[in-house]
Amino acid sequence: MRSAGLIAVLVVLAAAVPVARFSDYHLFQMTMVVVYAIAILGLSLLTGFNGQISLGHGAFYAIGAYTSAILMTTWDVPYWATLPVAAAVCALVGFLVGLPALRLGGLYLALTTFALAVAIPQILKFKAFEGWTGGVQGLVIDKPEAPFDLDLSPDQWLYLFTLAVAVVLYVIAWNLVRGRIGRAMMAIRDHAMAAEAMGVNIALVKTGTFAVSALFTGVAGALGAIAVQFVAPDSFAVFVSIFLFVGLVVGGVSSIGGTLIGAAFIEFVPNLADKVSKAAPGAVYGVILIAAMFLMPSGAGGLIATLWRRLTRKQPAQS
Amino acid sequence: MLSGVLHQIMSGIATGGIYASVALALVMIYQATHHVNFAQGEMATFSTYITLTLINVGLPYWVAFVLAVAVSFVIGMGIERILMRPLHTAPVLSSVGVFVGLLLIVNSLSGWFFDYTIKQFPTPFPDRPMLGGYLSGHELGSTAVTLIVLLSVYGFFRYTRLGLAMRAAAFNPVSSRLVGVRVDWMLALGWGLAAAIGAVAGCMVAPIVFLDPNMMSGILLYAFAGALLGGIDNPLGAVLGGFMVGVIENLGGAYLVGTELKLSLALVIIVAVLTIRPTGLMGRKVFSRV
Repeated sequence: MRSAGLIAVLVVLAAAVPVARFSDYHLFQMTMVVVYAIAILGLSLLTGFNGQISLGHGAFYAIGAYTSAILMTTWDVPYWATLPVAAAVCALVGFLVGLPALRLGGLYLALTTFALAVAIPQILKFKAFEGWTGGVQGLVIDKPEAPFDLDLSPDQWLYLFTLAVAVVLYVIAWNLVRGRIGRAMMAIRDHAMAAEAMGVNIALVKTGTFAVSALFTGVAGALGAIAVQFVAPDSFAVFVSIFLFVGLVVGGVSSIGGTLIGAAFIEFVPNLADKVSKAAPGAVYGVILIAAMFLMPSGAGGLIATLWRRLTRKQPAQS
Repeated sequence: MLSGVLHQIMSGIATGGIYASVALALVMIYQATHHVNFAQGEMATFSTYITLTLINVGLPYWVAFVLAVAVSFVIGMGIERILMRPLHTAPVLSSVGVFVGLLLIVNSLSGWFFDYTIKQFPTPFPDRPMLGGYLSGHELGSTAVTLIVLLSVYGFFRYTRLGLAMRAAAFNPVSSRLVGVRVDWMLALGWGLAAAIGAVAGCMVAPIVFLDPNMMSGILLYAFAGALLGGIDNPLGAVLGGFMVGVIENLGGAYLVGTELKLSLALVIIVAVLTIRPTGLMGRKVFSRV
């Protein structure tokens, strides 16, 4: 229970300190870190805890973003009301993608989702949807103002709002993973046949995980669209999916806390590397991805968890 | 109408040859190690840049071409020896991670060395219609080059000792090692060959789609579709699959979905093959003991 209290204190600090101290630009960056963290959390549920490798989660991110943007521009839906819709749409799409995925082993699923990620910008540009999606031009969204006459700038309010959504989603993910369903998910990842023999309904758990995973990433996409105030097909190219995958691996594939590290990584490292050269972020990502695979397979989250256990382990009583 | 269809089929075969080459490169690596090389496209793009650089230095086209293919062969072998060696027994997630990392690195290196602007790439073939106007000179020439590559790869595997050793190493590494085949070197050689074939495909497609660091990402997708359609463990099937995907893509793009959704067509083929007939048209069913 002590760690729950500690986490609550950290969340309050994470909310209070940036709002009190940070400039609008840094607040925007923090908002994006939280957004990426939610997206990576969704990917982690699927790839890390259920063992289904997806290289195409940028597609769900894009669908969430577009759902939110279309609702706000075409039907003047308030921004907060678009999130449940984006969640529902993405869960449904995730469930549908999960059906053929049932028949695909690890590598083939990675390949198929990779194909989805490559194809998604073309689908978003498709002429028949242009009335909604704005075609190549994309859609521009207004930044929401703080409600109830709160004395907050739009960036401050959006950061707090995003953080609140993230807290809810992290609590859900935490409970999901530690409960009966989470154990079933991990059992399927570790040994599908044994899990089935123990009475786990593999098809249900796998498609369900796909739906929940897509839901998380879709909500992240919606929040990201509101924060960036703009969606366009080319901002959802295959690299979004690959960056989410990089964030997942760097943070640790099956580490819930590690998703935050992964998100900070993909938000800040390109900014730093960009100063060297336009090509540097990709190269840095690639090198770190390969290094993580060889040297740190459980990611930064796994590394920290191991260190924490070492530090807090009770010393054997002196004799 | 009919001549229009015929025209689409012919140029489908021409682009299909490119997909067939890349599909063959994918299958060579898959057969030996059961890895799918997500970086195959970026490696081919990098090789194409090498060719362009050599041409700009002043070398004649075919000298530059052969040199670039040779350099790609060495790079491919190097990647296998350095990066892929420790991965032979690693879980799928690790190999996917390393391949994605490789994709990012090669893509950035292309942008870094040769910058991101879209470049024209020369063709060594005459620029006039051939075969009664159904194909351009370049299409006919590149199809011929592709066919020569495919036939020589076939001949190499079918009729040489080295080719036989490579097939043996892919088929049963343990027994091959026992009879004296140097399995590690065979795998490296396979990677080198795959990189070289990719280089040829890159040089043949670059005059059509123009050269930039992301040139091959769509082509890789069609090659995936072709390899899966033909059967990812069957080189001949993958080649046929590549040609079929080229024709399907051209006909579908012209008459069915329009050019804007061509990439989704590859996605549809991939999903359809994997769900309806996972072994592909000519693949071998795999059974495993539990």
